[in-house]
Amino acid sequence: MAIDVATVKKVASLSRLRKSDERLQSLAGELNGILGWIEQLNEVDVSGVEPMTTAIEMPQPMREDVVTDGDKVREIVANAPKTVDGFFIVPKVVE
Amino acid sequence: MSDLTKLTLKAAIDGLKAKTFSSTELTNAFIGAIETANPALNAYVETTFDKARAQAAASDAKLAKGEGGALEGAPLGIKDLYCTAGVRTTACSGILENFVPTYESTVTQNLWDQGAVMLGKLNMDEFAMGSSNETSKWGNVVNPWKSRGSNAELTPGGSSGGSAAAVAADLCLAATASDTGGSIRQPAAFTGTVGIKPTYGRCSRYGMVAFASSLDQAGPITKTVEDAAIMLQAMCSHDVKDSTSLDLAIPDFSSFIGKSVKGLRIGIPDEYRLDGIPAEIDALWEQGIAWLKDAGAEIVRISLPHTKYALPCYYIIAPAEASSNLARYDGMRFGHRAEGVTSLTDTYELSRSEGFGKEVKRRIMIGTYVLSAGFYDAYYVKALKVRRRIAEDFTKAFQACDVILTPATPSAAFELGDQAKAADPVQMYLNDVFTVTTNLAGLPGLSVPAGLDSQGLPLGLQVIGKALDEGTVLNIASVLERAAGFSAKPSKWW
Repeated sequence: MAIDVATVKKVASLSRLRKSDERLQSLAGELNGILGWIEQLNEVDVSGVEPMTTAIEMPQPMREDVVTDGDKVREIVANAPKTVDGFFIVPKVVE
Repeated sequence: MSDLTKLTLKAAIDGLKAKTFSSTELTNAFIGAIETANPALNAYVETTFDKARAQAAASDAKLAKGEGGALEGAPLGIKDLYCTAGVRTTACSGILENFVPTYESTVTQNLWDQGAVMLGKLNMDEFAMGSSNETSKWGNVVNPWKSRGSNAELTPGGSSGGSAAAVAADLCLAATASDTGGSIRQPAAFTGTVGIKPTYGRCSRYGMVAFASSLDQAGPITKTVEDAAIMLQAMCSHDVKDSTSLDLAIPDFSSFIGKSVKGLRIGIPDEYRLDGIPAEIDALWEQGIAWLKDAGAEIVRISLPHTKYALPCYYIIAPAEASSNLARYDGMRFGHRAEGVTSLTDTYELSRSEGFGKEVKRRIMIGTYVLSAGFYDAYYVKALKVRRRIAEDFTKAFQACDVILTPATPSAAFELGDQAKAADPVQMYLNDVFTVTTNLAGLPGLSVPAGLDSQGLPLGLQVIGKALDEGTVLNIASVLERAAGFSAKPSKWW
């Protein structure tokens, strides 16, 4: 299934990446190259195989439902591009 | 005093305990070496010499009283993937250009708790995505090794290229690294150093900048196999902050060094004999087999039939997880935010487009595509099923053998700026052909330097073990190390 420029544009938008038209063209070629190489997985018979989502099987660990951390406003906003009084300042979301 | 930077980690720890030299002397020797070498090698992207001197002084006070941890006073380099409190951590990406963590990764905290000294942060491929160190925001590392009679600059490998180059050039006693598809073992092989990726879950991933969470695993790069055992011991721990961290006893890794391998069964997988691999790689593999046979091990032919599907499988799973992990970089709470735009979507798109490098963006795109509606089952779920087939191959093979011996890489270090690899991403991805299977299966894998090629460049052998059996891996590697008698060092041109 070859990827065309329109698909690359859609994937870029889903990825929240902005691409020039020129780069969309070259990316289509690159992605087709990579996905074409990946197509060989179709040779593998996976009927009846469960998807593997974890390398080492183990039960999900549970923890006490208690507060273990907090009161770290200064640390949390320390790396923010813009803050005021411990709040993140972000672009306007609602007009 | 002879050059302290040339010591192994073990010899340095012993020397510090015996008060033959102080941590301050040792640390100052490394600071001097880094100041001389780093303009040429670019292994460190951030140095923390003031912190190192303070830590060394504290260690000296403890050592004077006969106290201290397993790594007391030992100067180490830290891959820039590990969050270090108060020390800039960028994962060598523009999007984290000014990120200064307010917390410490569990692995590095474990090292400081054992008395280690931090020299600085080591260069790497951006977000650990790369095999040549050329995707780093801060420019590539240069391999301290050069081909005989050539002045061309070679790659140290990737993604842990800074870690490998720093250890090879004696710019730290040992380094932390991380491995998602081969990022510890390939650079180790390219630089004549030892690198081990333990079983998935041995080391906590808390505070490691995430690439592909089901594959990422911490590990060390060191000068010797024994040093690898010492570093791994200090790095491993159960950690409630990482729900995939294993709550299991950690064996005494050093106790496996140099043990007899008599009667151990060494699996040699047919499928790792690839077309187009240099004859020298095959010859080294045969040599490794002969060494282990001489040491009393039994050689067994095994089959890992799904090997050829491991890389394509990886290049669905790793980008899929990366596209999800890297969604957090939105320019809002931390990281780069584009200036001069007002709408939210513009800010997202421009911040990410400006902050991420080309290879990272390419992988985010692949990951987004294989997870998108209509393709999720055909690509992502399919890859997860093939992943299980690959893991089952190992389970079956390990009924007939105790460890597996393979080459570490399909070539020696190649030149920086390799045009064929730059033009075709798949060519670059093939670097991990021998290493990626263990990440998919979660198994421990180690690269040990075993010889030089005709150009005088190091080549490595890989030892793969059963899950949780790092001990036997280290044991076999120590026997290979002794048999190879590998003592070559790059000649100092920097």
